[in-house]
Amino acid sequence: MSRIAACFAALAGKKALIPFITAGDPHPEQTVGLMHGLVEGGADIIELGVPFSDPMADGPVIQRASERALAHKVGLRHVLEMVAEFRKTNATTPVVLMGYLNPLCAMGYAEFAKRAAAAGVDGMLTVDCPPEEAEELAAALQQENIDPIFLLAPTTPAERVAEIARHARGYVYYVSLKGVTGAGNLDIDDVARKIAALRQHIQVPIGVGFGIRDGATARAIAVTADAVVVGSRLVQEIEAATPETARERLTSLVAELKAAIS
Amino acid sequence: MDRYDFPDARGHFGPYGGVYVAETLMTALAELNEEYARAKADPAFWEEFRYELKHYVGRPSPIYHAKRWSELLGGAQVYLKREDLNHTGAHKVNNTIGQALLARRMGKKRVIAETGAGQHGVASATVAARYGMECVVYMGAEDVKRQSPNVYRMKLLGATVVPVESGSKTLKDAMNEAMRDWVTNIDSTFYIIGTAAGPHPYPMLVRDFQTVIGEECKVQMPEMIGRQPDVVVACVGGGSNAIGMFYPYIGVDGVRMVGVEAGGNGIETGRHAAPLSVGKPGVLHGFRSYLMFDEDGQISDTHSVSAGLDYPGVGPEHSYLKDIGRAEYTAINDDEALKAFHDLCRYEGIIPALESSHALAWAAKVAPTMSKDQVILVNLSGRGDKDINTVASLSGLTL
Ligand SMILES: Cc1ncc(COP(=O)(O)O)c(C=O)c1O
Repeated sequence: MSRIAACFAALAGKKALIPFITAGDPHPEQTVGLMHGLVEGGADIIELGVPFSDPMADGPVIQRASERALAHKVGLRHVLEMVAEFRKTNATTPVVLMGYLNPLCAMGYAEFAKRAAAAGVDGMLTVDCPPEEAEELAAALQQENIDPIFLLAPTTPAERVAEIARHARGYVYYVSLKGVTGAGNLDIDDVARKIAALRQHIQVPIGVGFGIRDGATARAIAVTADAVVVGSRLVQEIEAATPETARERLTSLVAELKAAIS
Repeated sequence: MDRYDFPDARGHFGPYGGVYVAETLMTALAELNEEYARAKADPAFWEEFRYELKHYVGRPSPIYHAKRWSELLGGAQVYLKREDLNHTGAHKVNNTIGQALLARRMGKKRVIAETGAGQHGVASATVAARYGMECVVYMGAEDVKRQSPNVYRMKLLGATVVPVESGSKTLKDAMNEAMRDWVTNIDSTFYIIGTAAGPHPYPMLVRDFQTVIGEECKVQMPEMIGRQPDVVVACVGGGSNAIGMFYPYIGVDGVRMVGVEAGGNGIETGRHAAPLSVGKPGVLHGFRSYLMFDEDGQISDTHSVSAGLDYPGVGPEHSYLKDIGRAEYTAINDDEALKAFHDLCRYEGIIPALESSHALAWAAKVAPTMSKDQVILVNLSGRGDKDINTVASLSGLTL
């Protein structure tokens, strides 16, 4: 069983918390420590952002995180080294990379899949690669037992949901609002209705992200979702912290979010 | 050449093009594709498009024989397709009219656009005023400085200009920001992309609206010289004026097609914007094409004296035409483009856009190697009024 499937199986219906941070933010040497800090706080799965020069789907907070990481020249190969380092002392928490397609094009899909599997990566969420264009990448990932994680949006019609369901592995990521990461226009009731509709087609667990900022919204989303993804709020915490306090502050924020959805 | 019929139904030109966007945009792009298919089959749509091009833009644009300059060059005869004479001063308006008519069919009252040189921003602001739509233009903060006359023109036309401070603060960053606006306001907003790039169906529909350039040339050249030109040449930023010129000539044997990218300070310096000359296939802004990026896949900063060519990617159809060898692509440096700019001013009384000056410079370089009865047709994609501050400051003057 993959780590992602094992993770959801072990939760046995309890809700998963999926924190997101950008690899290399604020400094590459801190990332592995921050990942362990997320797990200490109660993270079930970690989404690790791969810095990209042109993060089109991200709001200002994650754009800045990407820029901080890029200032230290952190690229995909370094992100894979970080995951390998994390895996030395954590063999169970699934790690999903989230990023854009061009760094994967630059490395080559097959080469990426091989190196990612060796590092201990469990899933790949490529924001700008919908299933229509994912054939070659998905095949390369499948070869190495890495789950392609696909997005669903409020604008995705039912027929498309069914189509994406055929390709989905691990879990799907429902984008809770029309907008970029960190936006503030989340509508909880609307999300609840959408998730109910998604369940008619989707067999894998459903995670919800974009715009979840605190325990209260996390709890409300967790009523219907299987997993809650929190990104911009955590990145803001890193931004506000000093290098010395970042890990501690992340751990306690994650613990608070985890308590809210438990 | 065999039948050329691209893109395919999924927007691919061979291995290029496609729809590489976040899920939220997929449905909007599918709707646009369907609406465009309906519009394409609707004679009334094209009738209105042609009416607007004739009475509002002033088409057909003439072709002009640059006799003095040709004599000076001492070889092939250089002819200019005068897109600079269009309303708003460039070819960009052909496309914005087409897309605004589509926006109106789709009931969208708000349009957004990205702009580099400001020509597409002005052309978008213009049609938004013309059709009574709200218009927001994203422009890199760097370009806002270089192209201040166009910023003010957009404001006069009622548009809101948003300077983009992220990344390299140029065209690619403006496009990122426009995409972010679009996912946020997807129900109310039509995104008018300014070049033959972006996710399907944009490269196709921008091409279709711009092919009026080449279609006119195909009629005008035989009228003027009794035959088609030996070479057609155009500058390539995202590639819209070039594909507009090339597309009708793809099936015409014996017409050489040359696209000219921005060589900046010289290809060897790395400070340029020439993805077809030295890039590799990659994915940015919703499509796969030749692209400039580093070993980690990060998109490279580009440089060109002309803001409109300062883009690390290129429309997917050009990548395909390059691979199949039907078109050739080369680069012209800032200095060469500036010389052509000044020469056209002094010998023909025409102030060309710095973008178009790259195509002119290629003609200046190659004409002397050709015989006097050969003909080069240059797409003079725009006029240079917008560039006088840039050129003045390069000459050590402030206006
Ligand atoms: C006059 C002119 N020519 C050419 C271009 C380059 O765009 P494209 O390659 O899409 O024609 C621009 C872009 O702003 C322009 O203003």
